[in-house]
Amino acid sequence: MVSRPVAARRRRPGVPVALLLPALLGLVFLVLPLAGLLARAPWGSLPRRLAEPEVLTALRLSLQSATLATLLCLLLGVPLAWLLARVAFPGRRLVRALVTVPLVLPPVVGGVALLLVFGRRGLLGGWLDETFGITLPFSTAGVVLAEAFVAMPFLVIAVEGALRGADQRYEEAAATLGAGPWTTFTHVTLPLVAPGLAAGAVLCWARALGEFGATITFAGNYPGRTQTMPLAVYLALETDLQAAVVLSLMLLAVSVTILAALRDRWITSP
Amino acid sequence: MSAAGEPRRRVAGDTPLPHAHPVVDRGAIRLDAPLLDAHLVVDRGAFRLDVPLRVAAGEVVALLGPNGAGKTTALRALAGLHPLTAGHVTLAGVDLDRPARRAWVPTERRPVGVVFQDYLLFPHLTALENVAFGPRRHGVDRRTARETARSWLTRVGLAEHAHRRPRQLSGGQAQRVALARALAVAPSLLLLDEPLAALDARTRLDTRAELHRHLGAHPGAALLVTHDPLDALVLADRLVIVEAGRVVQEGDAATVTARPRTEYVARLVGLNLHRGRADGHTVRVGDGLALTVADRLDGDAFVAFRPSAVALHPTRPEGSPRNTWPATVAGVQRHGDNLRVQLDGPITVAADVTPAAVAQLHLTPGQRVWAAVKAAETHAYPAAG
Repeated sequence: MVSRPVAARRRRPGVPVALLLPALLGLVFLVLPLAGLLARAPWGSLPRRLAEPEVLTALRLSLQSATLATLLCLLLGVPLAWLLARVAFPGRRLVRALVTVPLVLPPVVGGVALLLVFGRRGLLGGWLDETFGITLPFSTAGVVLAEAFVAMPFLVIAVEGALRGADQRYEEAAATLGAGPWTTFTHVTLPLVAPGLAAGAVLCWARALGEFGATITFAGNYPGRTQTMPLAVYLALETDLQAAVVLSLMLLAVSVTILAALRDRWITSP
Repeated sequence: MSAAGEPRRRVAGDTPLPHAHPVVDRGAIRLDAPLLDAHLVVDRGAFRLDVPLRVAAGEVVALLGPNGAGKTTALRALAGLHPLTAGHVTLAGVDLDRPARRAWVPTERRPVGVVFQDYLLFPHLTALENVAFGPRRHGVDRRTARETARSWLTRVGLAEHAHRRPRQLSGGQAQRVALARALAVAPSLLLLDEPLAALDARTRLDTRAELHRHLGAHPGAALLVTHDPLDALVLADRLVIVEAGRVVQEGDAATVTARPRTEYVARLVGLNLHRGRADGHTVRVGDGLALTVADRLDGDAFVAFRPSAVALHPTRPEGSPRNTWPATVAGVQRHGDNLRVQLDGPITVAADVTPAAVAQLHLTPGQRVWAAVKAAETHAYPAAG
């Protein structure tokens, strides 16, 4: 007759099966392919395969170009984010929308667009070739360009958000202490948004590392020059499945490391 | 680095501050001219700030007023964080802002230091680096700047907290670091925005005393913005009281407390204040109530008396030279050891009575009583001028 009130009170409100079931299915759907990758990995031959020169070349090229692309994004993206966050100019909403286009654009389309501008016969490519003798398509610089094009929105959005959240009165305080606008930016604003900047840069780097579509379209697939890890995975898939699995594992490891590094900032919900 | 006509900033070294001031420095400027000569006019929508302000070297002026009076706008205009609509800010003979002549010196080139209400210490820097920030921006090398900062932290008693970050400091400590940071560039004009408002009562007492000491040692002009009359009375040499963007009263603490000119000021200093027409020893106030006063004057006049001067009686008191009138109790509140009774009637008045008297008179809201004030307890003075 008398129920146990303590136990009853502790029971959380019921979870509808209609939500629970698809939720679990969704989880399995996301995790299962990764588990498959681990299950099919040739663990025995892993060290030998990782040491193969082609793998190491692709890995080095990937890390280098992703890092250079991130630096390029920082150089151009942070001022752009600052402009969007701090300067009220006509058409700011339009500019913000334009900045996010590469986020939703299929990367292959981005690659084609880059070719049309920086290609030998492109809008700027011809001039660059004639004036400076610079050819971007199908070069390592082209890889960096393609990756930066696709990854920059991640950085701009993260940094703009951080700038909007930063208390601008610190900048006023800096001015009263004799700091001009540039010094204030470098000595006060940037340190204040450092966490957001770091998160944006890591996200940008991860996106650049995984870039495939724009890279293969704009820079091609030349081992040692433009063949990054994702391209190598795709190529290996047609000849040597085991090699593709090994390369994929390596990219997975890098991704998980980044997730772990960002877990406090991005994964934890407020 | 500094262009012609630009105010110079001096940076305090390890040695005591050079007490040479621009007013003294420059032969062209009269010694008795105020260091700061400003007429602040700022339009902000329907609100208009119109405040003339003069502060001499070594003087501490308090800008006192209720919230929304325009105090912070005035401070921001002086610091260059908000441009003037009209008028001028002239510091040591240099126009920092004068729209009529298109003169404008940006914040970072004004010899003005600011202690902000919530201090705004840079969270990514230590206390020492916060204080060294100003000297560094004025071209002082890193080592000298750190030495300057250390000497300032020592002066405010925080030498051992030099390497703490702002979030590791208590409110009182953060306030002192903010003061040291503002003073480390030896500003000609020091601005303090509600410097004690963020502190608890106990810390406020100590910090106020210490702030008083540092303000006394500051050779430049100092302007304190506050809504706390106690801060203003303790820290400032002169009070400028603003209401709704205008100066309503100005003077030293004694004058302002003895002769308030607005309801707000009277409330601040704890006086009953009524305006009326004087004819000899009689001042007609409110709905024709004639108050007999000790002072003799004619025309537009104020009458002020302390709440403790008001006596309450159950019936009309007879045979004493008092002003009496019937009143209704509007409310009773604690006030120190006594109780403050708000009275309605021909004039609204606050009366301070003992708890015993309240019990004896059964004072509850709506209760009818007689209020009495002796002529000798009143202070009447002309309202004009």
